Amino acid sequence: MKESQIKTSEPDEHGHWGKFGGRYVPETLVAPLEELTNEFTRARHDNNFWRELNLLLRDYAGRPTPLFHAQRLSTHAGGAQIYLKREDLLHTGAHKINNALGQALLARRMGKQRVIAETGAGQHGVATATVCALFGLRCVIYMGAEDVRRQSLNVFRMRLLGADVITVDAGTRTLKDAINEALRDWVTNVHDTYYLLGSALGPHPYPLMVRDFQSVIGREAREQILSATGKLPRALIACVGGGSNAIGLFHPFIADEAVRLIGVEAGGCGDSLGKHAARFHSGEKSGGGRVGVLQGTMSYVLQDPNGQIATTHSISAGLDYSAIGPEHAFLHDNGRAEYIRSSDAEALEGFRLCAKLEGIIPALETAHAIMPAIRVARELPRDDAIIVNLSGRGDKDVQLVADLQTR
Amino acid sequence: MSRIGETFASLKRLGRGGFIPFVVAGDPDLATTERLLIELAAAGANIIELGVPFSDPVADGKVIQRASERALRNGVTLRDALSCVSHIKLHIDVPIVLFSYFNPLLQFGEEQLAGKAGVDAVLVTDLIPEEAEWWTQTLLGQGLDPIFLVAPTTSDERLAYIAQQARGFIYAVSRAGVTGARDQMTRDAEALVKRVRAVSDLPVAVGFGISTPEQVRLVWRFADAAVVGSAIVREIETLDNSPDLVKRVGEFARSLVAPAS
Ligand SMILES: Cc1ncc(COP(=O)(O)O)c(C=O)c1O
Repeated sequence: MKESQIKTSEPDEHGHWGKFGGRYVPETLVAPLEELTNEFTRARHDNNFWRELNLLLRDYAGRPTPLFHAQRLSTHAGGAQIYLKREDLLHTGAHKINNALGQALLARRMGKQRVIAETGAGQHGVATATVCALFGLRCVIYMGAEDVRRQSLNVFRMRLLGADVITVDAGTRTLKDAINEALRDWVTNVHDTYYLLGSALGPHPYPLMVRDFQSVIGREAREQILSATGKLPRALIACVGGGSNAIGLFHPFIADEAVRLIGVEAGGCGDSLGKHAARFHSGEKSGGGRVGVLQGTMSYVLQDPNGQIATTHSISAGLDYSAIGPEHAFLHDNGRAEYIRSSDAEALEGFRLCAKLEGIIPALETAHAIMPAIRVARELPRDDAIIVNLSGRGDKDVQLVADLQTR
Repeated sequence: MSRIGETFASLKRLGRGGFIPFVVAGDPDLATTERLLIELAAAGANIIELGVPFSDPVADGKVIQRASERALRNGVTLRDALSCVSHIKLHIDVPIVLFSYFNPLLQFGEEQLAGKAGVDAVLVTDLIPEEAEWWTQTLLGQGLDPIFLVAPTTSDERLAYIAQQARGFIYAVSRAGVTGARDQMTRDAEALVKRVRAVSDLPVAVGFGISTPEQVRLVWRFADAAVVGSAIVREIETLDNSPDLVKRVGEFARSLVAPAS
């Protein structure tokens, strides 16, 4: 690993960040992954591609998103000024559309007529169904049965948008199982199918590609905070499921070493394996987060001592996943980023606080970053700033929170 | 020459096709797996593939997924699969290929695995040779054959590269897709085997979807061995712990390799 690679966090040509990342897939998928990598590399150097994507991001998705000074949350924290990067204001309600648009353009360039995707919270599924409607592509979404239950509003949205939603009944019936089914579909239908993966996960080139498409978040935020405050923020805070909204915000700040990068994992409802989705929590003898291979990539994976992948729990479907994107594993091990946990209860507290103090109802995923942000801000002087990635809006979660309240 | 190499050499001398059945360790339980391995050897298996159960078998269809789940419900681990092999070694001398996803092997440790495996070869479903160089070296250093898959989507250039890394035999996946029995064999398999022959002298086994005696004989016309997985695992599932499960699976295996009548 070269010093320069650490400074810029660029993977090698096979998608390795140090030992993390890579391509751990059945042989049948090597050819389509290679084809995708080649197309992505060509598109990356093609101004026309970016021009078209940027136009869609502006006119269809609603970019740039505002960087909002959350004054009442800041006062509540009593420290640094808290700024919210408003990805919740994007079309379809979360950052996921940034990546979905980019990859849909690639699918079209590659002449693929059928798009498949996995979804946890349903936000990526909705974003994918949306871009498929826009481009006239067939769309199949895999979603775990448990997530279908707790995010039923999004299931209805996807169907309205013309997607086939396939309920996955295997395993823990959550995001991981949806990805397994999507991979099985892809391996069977490689010739005409584009797999539109929704987070900075999976085999190369996905972690790099998704990060590139999400980095627009950090590029905008960097300019916006400089023009609002005249200096860099002290910290960036984002929730981490697979890691796409976090890496999108972090990446353009990697070289700004004074800026702390803080990822928030789902602490769930307890410390033991199966009760949380905190991949950097090494746990006890019964297992925990260790370096391993899941779904095409080497990263930190929650697992038992025999290498069986552990079940996870989070109140938010989008963070409820046993592995984390490989670039986060790399940033964790080299110390550039920090990863903390926030529990279900704390997420609910953040959810309510953000709604009450700022009039913004965040997604439950996003809500995991609110209370940690308040703690970080509290330790800093008032004339400093921190940025929270407000990755999505919470309409999809209102019913779930209401049900919890009446229980 | 490795035991697997010798097996194929003697098949060639006899002018016969090889039969490679697959079962999952611990399905329906470990004691039965041991008896199944012995029975399959008696039924004419030239090599046996022993699957290590994994929680997230992305390359497998429903039948092997369910077998994995049954084994995991019994708490079966890689260690158990290996001790199963060391037990049956006293009774049969058919070479054994350990068939696993990468993560259980990675957590076990390659040194450990090589040191006490008792298996002849290792095939890792989600490990391509580019990611596996250190791993392959360790296996080779301990006299274990690394077996790699090739698929209809594999380019000629990669076929040549994979053939260089592989030992024992090359496993040709009959068509794009997950494991599971199919009614029809496609022409993909034959075309793929031809392409492999052009770049390698290693024996070629064809698998994924082979479930009938006709399909086995068809494969023998152009490849060195036929792998039968899901069809056997489905028998085990259907027989559901019946007292004559082992015997009936043996009969099924014999029917697969019986000469056409
Ligand atoms: C609003 C929102 N934030 C965050 C996430 C977590 O994903 P990632 O870590 O890739 O940003 C999701 C996933 O569904 C989401 O919907």
